[in-house]
Amino acid sequence: MSEIRTPLLHVENLKQHFKISRKFTTKAVDGISFDIYEGETYGLVGESGSGKSTTGRSIIRLYEPTDGKIIFDGHDISGKLSKEDEKFLRTNMQMIFQDPMACLNPRKKVSQIIAEGLEIHHLCKSKQEIEERVADVLDKVGLSKEQGTRFPHQFSGGQRQRVGIARALVMNPKLVIADECISALDVSIQAQVVNLMKDIQEETGTTYLFIAHDLSMVKYISNRIGVMHLGHIVETGTTDEIFENPIHPYTRSLLSAIPHPNPVVEKARRAITYNKDEEGVDYEAGYEHVLSETHKVLATDEEFEKWTKK
Amino acid sequence: MIRDDHEFQEDDFQFAHAADEKLIDKNYSATSYAKDVWNNFKKNKGALIGAVIIMIIILMAVVGPNMNEFTYKQIHSGQECLVPRIPGIEKLGLFDGYHNGANQYAQKGASDVYYWFGSDTQGRDIWTRVWSGTRVSLIIALAAVIIDIVIGMVYGLVSGFFGGTVDSFMQRFAEILNGIPTLVIVTLLGMVLPAGITSIIFALMLTGWIGMERIARAQVLKVKEQEFVLASRTLGANKFRIIFSEILPNIMGQVIVTSMFSIPNAIFLEAYLSFLGLGVPAPMASLGSLVSDGYKSMTTFPHILIIPVFVMAILMLCFNLFADGLRDAFDPKMINK
Amino acid sequence: METVKRNKDDRVLYIRDLNISFQTAYGTVRAIRGVRLDLFKGETIAIVGESGSGKSVTVKTIMGILDSNGVIDSGQIIYRYKDENGEEQEVDLVKMSQKDIRYKLCGKHIAMVFQDPMTSLDPTMTIGKQIMEPMREHYNISYNEAKQKALDLLTEVGIDNPDKRFKQYPHELSGGMRQRVVIAIALACDPDILICDEPTTALDVTIQAKILELIKELQDKKGISVIYITHDLGVVAKVADYVAVMYAGRIVEKGKINEVFYDPRHPYTWGLLSSMPDTDTNSRRLYAIPGSPPNLMEKVPGDAFAARNKFALNIDYKEEPPMYDIGGQHRVASWLCDPRAPKVELPAELVEKLEKMKKEANINE
Repeated sequence: MSEIRTPLLHVENLKQHFKISRKFTTKAVDGISFDIYEGETYGLVGESGSGKSTTGRSIIRLYEPTDGKIIFDGHDISGKLSKEDEKFLRTNMQMIFQDPMACLNPRKKVSQIIAEGLEIHHLCKSKQEIEERVADVLDKVGLSKEQGTRFPHQFSGGQRQRVGIARALVMNPKLVIADECISALDVSIQAQVVNLMKDIQEETGTTYLFIAHDLSMVKYISNRIGVMHLGHIVETGTTDEIFENPIHPYTRSLLSAIPHPNPVVEKARRAITYNKDEEGVDYEAGYEHVLSETHKVLATDEEFEKWTKK
Repeated sequence: MIRDDHEFQEDDFQFAHAADEKLIDKNYSATSYAKDVWNNFKKNKGALIGAVIIMIIILMAVVGPNMNEFTYKQIHSGQECLVPRIPGIEKLGLFDGYHNGANQYAQKGASDVYYWFGSDTQGRDIWTRVWSGTRVSLIIALAAVIIDIVIGMVYGLVSGFFGGTVDSFMQRFAEILNGIPTLVIVTLLGMVLPAGITSIIFALMLTGWIGMERIARAQVLKVKEQEFVLASRTLGANKFRIIFSEILPNIMGQVIVTSMFSIPNAIFLEAYLSFLGLGVPAPMASLGSLVSDGYKSMTTFPHILIIPVFVMAILMLCFNLFADGLRDAFDPKMINK
Repeated sequence: METVKRNKDDRVLYIRDLNISFQTAYGTVRAIRGVRLDLFKGETIAIVGESGSGKSVTVKTIMGILDSNGVIDSGQIIYRYKDENGEEQEVDLVKMSQKDIRYKLCGKHIAMVFQDPMTSLDPTMTIGKQIMEPMREHYNISYNEAKQKALDLLTEVGIDNPDKRFKQYPHELSGGMRQRVVIAIALACDPDILICDEPTTALDVTIQAKILELIKELQDKKGISVIYITHDLGVVAKVADYVAVMYAGRIVEKGKINEVFYDPRHPYTWGLLSSMPDTDTNSRRLYAIPGSPPNLMEKVPGDAFAARNKFALNIDYKEEPPMYDIGGQHRVASWLCDPRAPKVELPAELVEKLEKMKKEANINE
C-alpha cells in the first residue's frame, strides 16, 4: 500500500554536527533516513544522547542541519529557507515540548500563548475569530474557555501539557513533533496525554513524530518505530515487527528493559545488556538490510547473519 | 480517620455520580504575577519601611528647600555655625539653640531666627542645603536608573541574544571600559567638562551600566534556551517579537532589582567625588559636598557633619532595603516556597 | 514466591501514625497523614505514588533531612539497631533532633541513594576519596585499610578496573557507572537500611534494570533492608516484597507485592495498574485516571481521591475511609471494602490485564 503514497516527511541522510571546539565535533545525528506518511505516528526511540531530540529539532529547523535532505510535503526545508518555505514550515509543522513547566511563557495568559501562532502569521481576520479558534482548541484538549484567561502557573503539569498541545493544534498542522512530551509527567497523567493525542489524531488525521526514550508508551501510539543509537537509526519497522521480531541487539536490549508490572514474571526476568564496543558493532560500516518492505536493520553482512541466526 | 460521632446515612454507600472530567482538575487560586510580587513585597517589613522613608525623603527633596525663608546660597554673616533650633520643640530643651551652655542665637543677636538644622560655617541654612543636596543626589540616582536600563539592559540584551561574534566583541569592549578606574574617568572629564552633575552623569554613562549589562546578558542567556522561546521560534516568531514579548517580560524583574541596587552606588559615587572636590561646584550643595564641608568643623560643630551624613546613610540604607525586598518578591523560588 | 517471613522481632524500622505538615506562605500543607509502615530485616518495601503524594517526605524524615518548614505533628518512627558493642538499641527518630539523626545514624546505619548520580557526587573529588570519606569518618581506620575496602566495594558494585576508577573524577564515568559509585558510597559503612529515591529515573532504560539487579544482589548478600521510592510500578514489581501505595499523604493500599498486584482493591491502584502500558496487550487505548493529584493546601472533607474516582460513594465526600483488613498483610483504605458497599465491577481493561498477569505468573485463584 505504501509504494504509491508519497511520504509527508522525507528525511534523507540527515546529519547534525555540533562544533564543540576547534578539534572536536559532536556528531549528534550522523546520517539518518526515514519517511513518515500522512496520518500515521512514527515513534523515534533511543537513550539520552542518541540524537533523537536533535533529529526533531533539526527537522523543525531550530538547528541548521549540517548535511542531508528534508522534504516536507513537497517543500525542501533543508538548507536555506525561502520565505514561502519558511512560512509553510512554520504553519504546518508544530512541536510539543518536554517540560510542561518551561514550555509556556510564565508572563502570558494561556489564551495569548495559544493565539501566538495565529497572530504571527495573520491567519485570522479578526480578534473575534482568534478567540473562537482558541476556545475551540481549548475544548478539544479538555480545558474550558475560562481557563484561557489564566496564567500557566495556575495549572497542574498535565493541564500545562494540554496547553502545549493546544498551541500546536491551533495551527492545524500537518505534522506534530512530540519531543518526549510525556516523560516529565506523572504516570496517571501520561496515559491521559497519550489518549488525548490519539483522539486528536483520529479526529483530524494529524501526523505525529513521537520522540521518547520509553518503548512501552511508544507502542501504544506508534504505527512505525525507529530505534536510534548514537546518531544512527539502527532498526526501523512497524510496531509489530519491532516488538515481535527485533533483530538488532540494541533493540532487543531496549525491549528487555521495559519493566512489566507483574511481580512474579519481573523478578525472574533478567535484562539483556548491549555494549556496542564489546560486541564490535560498527555503525559506520553497516548498511541497511531490508527484511521486509518496512523492516530495516543497520548492519554489516556479518553482523546481519549473526543476529538473524539467533 | 472516622470520627466516633459520625452517623452513617442511608445513601452513604451509594455511588456518587461521576463528575465531568473537565471539572475534576482543580485550578489553583488565580493571582497575577504582579499581585504575587506585591504580596511577597508586603511581607517584608524592612523593605516596606524603606519604601516609605524613600517616599518621605523624595517629598522633602521637592518641598524642603522652599519650606523656610532661606535659600541654599544665602550667606548670613554673623550667624555662622548656629546649632539647630526648632520652634515648639525648643521648649522641651531639645534643639533650643544652646551650645556649651549658652544660647548661641541670643549671643549672636538673632533671637527671632530659627535654623531648623542649624547653619554652617558661612551662615547658610543647613535645612535648605541638605534638602537641595538630597535633590542633587536623587537626580543622580534617577540618572543612574535610566542609564542602567537604556544602556546597560539594551547592551546586555543584544549581546546575549545574538551571541557568537557579536557577543564576544561587545563583551571585550565592556571589559576594556570596566578596566579604566572611574576616578580617572571623572578626573579627565572634569578637565573637559565643567565639574558638576553633568560630569558625574557622564561618568556613570561611561562605566556605571556594566554591572547591569552583565546581569541582563546572563538572564537572556538563561531564558533564550528555554522551551517557551524555542516554541515561539517554531511558530515562526521574528527576533523582534522573541526579544520583546518572550524574553524581556521574563528578565524585567531582575533588571529592576539590579537598577535599584545601582542607586546607592551612584549616590555614593557622587559623595565620594564631592569629597575629593570633583563634585558639584560651590555654592551648590550635594550630600557629598555637605559632608566634605562639615568634616572640617567636625570637632567643634558636629551637627554640620552629622545631619547630611544621617540623611545620606538613611537614603542609601532605604534603597538597599527596598531593592532587597524587591529581589525577594521577584524571585520565583521564594514565591513557590 | 518466597518473601521474608515477617516476624515482629525482626522489625528494623516501624512508623506509627506519622503526621507531618509544612508551613508555607499560603497556609499549612498536611503532607503526611497517619502513615503506618513496618520494615523488616532483609526485606524490600516500595512506596509508590505520584509527585506530591508524600513518599519523599516520609524518607526524608527518616534520614533527618526534612525541609526546615516541615513539622512532625505526631507519630513515632522507631528504629532498632545494634550499636558498636553489639547491643540492641531502640530509638525514636521523631524525638531525635535532625542533626543527631544525621551525625549518629546516617551513613553508618541508614544510607540513601539519590535520583541523580551527577548531583549526588562531588565533582571535585576522586571516586576513591568519596567512597573512603564516610568510612574514615565513622570507623577511624587507616588510609590503606579504607582504600582496600573501597576497592573491594567498587568490584562488588560491578565496576571493572577498580584501581583505575579509584583515581577518576565523576565526570569521567558514564551515568550508570556513577550510580554504581553512589551505591558503593552508600554501602561503605555497612548500613542496615538503604533508601533508594527513584534510583533509576535519571538513567537510560537499558541501564535501569542492571542497577536494580545490582541493588537486589547486594541486598541478598548483605542482608540489608531496602526502601524504594518510585512512581514506576515496573520497578516495584521487579524489586519489592512489600508495597505501600500513597496518595495525597496517606497510604491507601499496602500489602505483600502479590496481594497488591494480583488483587488490587483500591480504585487508585486500579488506575495505576491499568494506566501502565503493557508491551503485549493489543488494546489501543490506555485507561487513564482523570484529573490531577490534589492540592494539599485545601482541606477537602472525606477521601482525597474521591474527585478522581469513578467509583466514589457518597460517603467518600464526607468521611475518610478507615484501613480495612482484607486478609493476609493486605490493608486498604477505601469505603468500597466496607461490607455495606455495593459490589463493584472492575474496569474491563484491568480485569483482562490481571487475568493475563496471573496466567503468565502461573497463579491460580
